[in-house]
Amino acid sequence: MSAKQNQRPASKQGSGVVGQPLNRVDGRLKVTGGARFAAEFPHDQMAYAVLIGSTIANGRIKGFDTSAAKRVPGVLAIITHENAPKLRPVATNPAEGDAAGRRVPLQSPVIYYHGQYIAVVVAETLEQTQQAAALVRVSYDEQPPAADMERERGKAYPPKGKVAGKPADTMRGNTDTGLAAANVRVDEIYRTPTEHHNPMEPHATIAVWDGDKLTIYDATQYTYGVRHAMATTFGVPEENVRCICKFTGGAFGCKGTVWSHVSLAAAAARVARRPVKLVTTRQQMFSNMGHRAETEQHVVLGATRAGKLTAIVHEGLSHTSTFDEYVEPFSKATHMLYACDNFKASQRLVALNVGTPTYMRAPGETSGMFALESALDELAYKLNLDPIQLRLVNYADTDPDTKLPWSTKLLKECYRTGAEHFGWARRKPAPRSMRDGRYLLGLGMATAVYPVNHFPSSARVRIQSDGSAIVESSTHDLGTGTYTVLTQIACETLGLPPERVEVIIGDTNLPKAMVSGGSSTVMSVGSSVQGAARAALAKLVETARADTRSPLYGASADQIVASDGRLALKSNDARGETYRDTLARAGMKEVEGSYDTEFNDKEKKFSSHAFGAQFAEVRVDPDFGEVRVTRFTGVFDIGRVMNMKTGQSQMKGGIIMGIGMALMEETVLDTNSGRLVNRDLAEYHVPVHADVPQLDVVLLENFDEHASPIGAKGAGEIGIVGAAAAVANAVYHATGVRVRELPITLDKLLGKGALA
Amino acid sequence: MNPFTYKRATDEADAVREVANGKNAKFLGGGTNLVDLMKMGVETPDELVDINRLALKRIEQTPQGLRIGALASNSEVANHRLVREQFPVLSEAILAGASPQLRNMATVGGNLLQRTRCYYFMDTSFPCNKRVPGSGCSAIPGFNRIHAILGASDKCIAVHPSDMCVALAALDAIVRVAGPAGARQIPLVDFHRLPGDTPQIETNLRPDELIVAVDLPNSPFARRSRYLKIRDRAQYAFALVSVAAALDVQQGRINAARLALGGVAHKPWRALDAEKVLTGARADAQTFRAAAEAALKGAQPQQHNAFKVELARRAIVRLLTEVAHETKGGAA
Repeated sequence: MSAKQNQRPASKQGSGVVGQPLNRVDGRLKVTGGARFAAEFPHDQMAYAVLIGSTIANGRIKGFDTSAAKRVPGVLAIITHENAPKLRPVATNPAEGDAAGRRVPLQSPVIYYHGQYIAVVVAETLEQTQQAAALVRVSYDEQPPAADMERERGKAYPPKGKVAGKPADTMRGNTDTGLAAANVRVDEIYRTPTEHHNPMEPHATIAVWDGDKLTIYDATQYTYGVRHAMATTFGVPEENVRCICKFTGGAFGCKGTVWSHVSLAAAAARVARRPVKLVTTRQQMFSNMGHRAETEQHVVLGATRAGKLTAIVHEGLSHTSTFDEYVEPFSKATHMLYACDNFKASQRLVALNVGTPTYMRAPGETSGMFALESALDELAYKLNLDPIQLRLVNYADTDPDTKLPWSTKLLKECYRTGAEHFGWARRKPAPRSMRDGRYLLGLGMATAVYPVNHFPSSARVRIQSDGSAIVESSTHDLGTGTYTVLTQIACETLGLPPERVEVIIGDTNLPKAMVSGGSSTVMSVGSSVQGAARAALAKLVETARADTRSPLYGASADQIVASDGRLALKSNDARGETYRDTLARAGMKEVEGSYDTEFNDKEKKFSSHAFGAQFAEVRVDPDFGEVRVTRFTGVFDIGRVMNMKTGQSQMKGGIIMGIGMALMEETVLDTNSGRLVNRDLAEYHVPVHADVPQLDVVLLENFDEHASPIGAKGAGEIGIVGAAAAVANAVYHATGVRVRELPITLDKLLGKGALA
Repeated sequence: MNPFTYKRATDEADAVREVANGKNAKFLGGGTNLVDLMKMGVETPDELVDINRLALKRIEQTPQGLRIGALASNSEVANHRLVREQFPVLSEAILAGASPQLRNMATVGGNLLQRTRCYYFMDTSFPCNKRVPGSGCSAIPGFNRIHAILGASDKCIAVHPSDMCVALAALDAIVRVAGPAGARQIPLVDFHRLPGDTPQIETNLRPDELIVAVDLPNSPFARRSRYLKIRDRAQYAFALVSVAAALDVQQGRINAARLALGGVAHKPWRALDAEKVLTGARADAQTFRAAAEAALKGAQPQQHNAFKVELARRAIVRLLTEVAHETKGGAA
C-alpha cells in the first residue's frame, strides 16, 4: 500500500483547517500565566498539606513524636496511621480509572519503600506546614531492603496477570527448530535502568468538601478516574465528586492513574474541615508516582545468510514493588514487528522495596525496542547487511501475531523517506570508519512502532445564537495540544474559523472521556467531537429546512453545505443564511449535538499500529567517550495528522526523551539502604538544549479509517520508540563498542578499553 | 525549613559583627546553594545576614593584577573584558558551570563556599561525617561514581563541585577576607581543606570571617589559559573531571606551568607534581603524558569511579596539548 493510495483530502468538508500548523489556541494563556493549573485555584480559608515520607525502605514505624510539630503556630492536623480516617481500597484496573496501586496510605505502620507517605501535616500557611513537618520525629524498626534486581534475581517469579494482554510465556512456531535452522545468531543481554517521568508540573491536588460532596482540582490525565477513585475511597456516590483539571503540565504516564496523595489531600481536607492544597515535591515524585521499571532483556535472533529471521526469543526480568504487580511489557512489540514463524516471549518479575512502577511514555515498546533494535543492528553487522535492508527482508506484510491485515502501514515509506532526509547513503558500513575532525562519527537507525489504542468517549457541541460554537468533553490537555486539535476538528465539520470555536475540557461535569494515555485522546475524543459537531449541524440544517422563512426551506439535507458560518445550497451558494440567522429566526439560543464514540475491538478485522523510522548521528570524543547527538531524523506514519505543528512537537518531545534515555537518564538506588540517591533534576539528568540537535521530523500523509473515524493513529508515544536504539546503534557505528546497558555514559565506553 | 531571622548588613563591619554575635548565622549572597540546602534541612542557620547591599561588586585592575569583589556575580566575572583578556581560564570555567539563571545570581564569594553535591550529604536521612561528624560515610559503601580519587579519607570522599575554584587554583588567586581581628589574605590553594578526620571543616575561613575579594596576580601566560570540563551532558552538569591549565612556552620549552583539576578531590586540586614535570621540559606529548601520570599518582578510586583516573589523565594531555599549540612559541 503506498502513501498515495491512502491519501485523503485534507478536509472532506469545511475550512480545511485540520492538518494546518495552527498555533496553540491556549498559547497566549500559557505564556501570560493565565492558564490555571491544578494548584492555582484560589479558595477562601485554604489550608496547606505537606506529606512526610519514610526515610527507610523496609520495616515498620515504631512511633511518632509530634509534640514539637504540634507547637508550631497554625497547625491544624497531623495525620498518621494512628489517627487516619479509614480509606477504602480502589481497584487497580486503569481502564476503570483508578488507583495506581492497591495499597491504601496511612492505614498501617508497615514501610514498603523509601519515601512512602507516613504522615500528612495540615496548617494555615505553607511555611508553617513545612516547618511542622520538619519537626515530626519518627522511630522505625528497619529491615534490610531488597534494593538490587541483580541480588534478588533468584526470587524472580512469573507474573500472575497478563503481559500487555498476553500470557507471560508465549510461543509461536518453535524457536528451537528456528534457531537450529539459523546460519547466524545474535544472543545478548540488554539492560535499561529505572527512569522517571519528571513532568515540569509536580503532582498537585486541591480538595474542597461541602458536606458529602467533594470538588477536587487535580493534575491528572484522567478526571473521571479521579472521580471514581475518590468516590470509592470515601464511600460517596460518584455524582458527589467533581474533578477539575484545565491544564496538565506534562505527565508522560505518571498522572494516568490515581496515586495516594490525592486521597490524602481529600482526607486532610475532611479532617481539617477546610479546603486543602497539596503540592508534592520533586523528591516525592521520584518515590511515589511510579517509574519505568528496570529491565534485563535476553534477545536471541536466528537468521539465514540472506538475513531472513528464523527465530526470535525475547525474555527477561523487570522489577515491581513488594505489594503490587506491574509488568514492564518489553516483549510487547516483538510479537508483531517482524515476519518470523518462530517466536518466544517470556517475562519474569523481581519484587523490590520500591514504589510500584507504572506506565511511562510507550511502556513496553520504549525499553523493549532498545533491546530488539540493538539486536537487529548486531545481526546486520554479522550478516554484512545494511540495517535497513535487514528490516526490509523481514518486513511483515500482515501482522505475524494476529494474522490480521494492517489497517495501514507506511513503514517502508518511513525507511525510504528517512534514509533520504538523513543521508543514510553516506554512511560507510564499517564501524569506526567515519570521522569529523578529531571526533568519531556514527550513524544508526531503528524502527518505531506503537499500537492504536482508542477508548469509548463522549463529546457535546453547541452552536450558539451568535454563530460561534462550544465543544465540551472531560478530556485533558497535557501540553500535547488537545485544545488546539479539538478546535480544528470541530472547525472542519462546522465550517467555522478557529476563533469562533471554544473548547472546554477537564471537568467531570462534562461528557465522559477516558484516560489521556496510550496515545488515544485525539483518536477517541476527536472522533466524538466530529460526531457531535455533525449532530449539532444536522439539527441546525433541520431547523433551517423546516422554517418557511428560511431561504433553505424545503431543500434536502444532502444538498446543504456548511462553510464560513453559513448554510447554503451546494449548487447555489447565494441561497443560504448564517447560523446566527437560522437560530435567531427560530428564537433558539443554541442547537446541541452529542456523540458517543464506540470502538468494536472484540471483532477486529485489522491490526492497527503507528510506525516510524529513527535515524541518529552521533559524535564521540575518542579520548573521553563523551557522546553528543549531532543530527536526528524521525519519519512517522501516525495516520492523519491533525496539526502539523503540534504533531511534530509530539515527535520531537519523544525523540528528545529517547536521547535522554540513550545517554543520561537513570534513577539510582543506594542498594544498602534502598534510598533513592539522585532524586532531583540537578542529579537526575534529562537533556538540556545543548544536548539536542536540530530535529528533522517528517509526518507522512495517511488516513486510517479503521484506526479511528477521523483517520488518526495516535501521536503521543511513538516518537520515543526506537530513538534510544538509533542512538546506541550510532554509537556502535562510531566507536565499534557495543554498549548494551543504558544509559551510554562515557565510563561505559572508556571501560571497554576500545577507545583510543 | 527551620524559622530564621533575616538581617540586611549595611557595611562590612556590620556584617562581620552580626555573624560574630549570632550564635548560628550565615552570610547570604546569591543564595543559590545555601537556600537549597536550607530547604533540604542540610543547613539550619538561625539567622541570615544579607550582604548583597555591601559595596563588594567591583572588578578592577590593580598594579598587581585584577581584584574581583566577592559579590560580583558569576556572570559579571565570566563576561568581564579584563577577565576574558587576562584570565580566559576563569571565564571558561565559570561559563562551564550551572545555567545562566544561576550564574546571574551566584556570587564569587558564595562560589568559593559552594558545598559538595555528594548525594549522601544532601539527604539528611543518610549518615554523613560532613553533616554529622562521627555518623559515618554512606558514600564509601554506596554509589560513588561522582566521588573523589585524590586526597580523600576514610571519613569522606566528597568532591568540591566548583568550576570557578579550579581556575582560581591554577591562577594562584588570593582570597581577601575581613574578620573581627581585621583583614587577612588566604592563598586559594590553602583556602579549601582536604577531609582528613574533620570533613565538616571545609575551608580555613573562620566562621565569622567575610570574603571581600579575590585577587588574581598578573601573569602574562595566563592570557592563554584554558579550561576543559568533561561531564554527563553538554551543559548544566557537574564535572566528572575538569582541568585548568596555563603554559609559558618559549622555543618549545616550558618555562612555567599551572595545572589544576576539578571533580577529583575535596578541594580544587592544584597538581604541583605535574607542574614540576612540565617546568623546563619540552612541550611535547611525552612530557604531557608524564605530567598526567604525575598528577594522578596516588589516585585511589572507589568502586564506581575508577574511570576518573584514566579520564583525568587524558583530559590533562588534551588540554596541555591544546594550550601549547595556542601558545606563542608553539609545541616542539
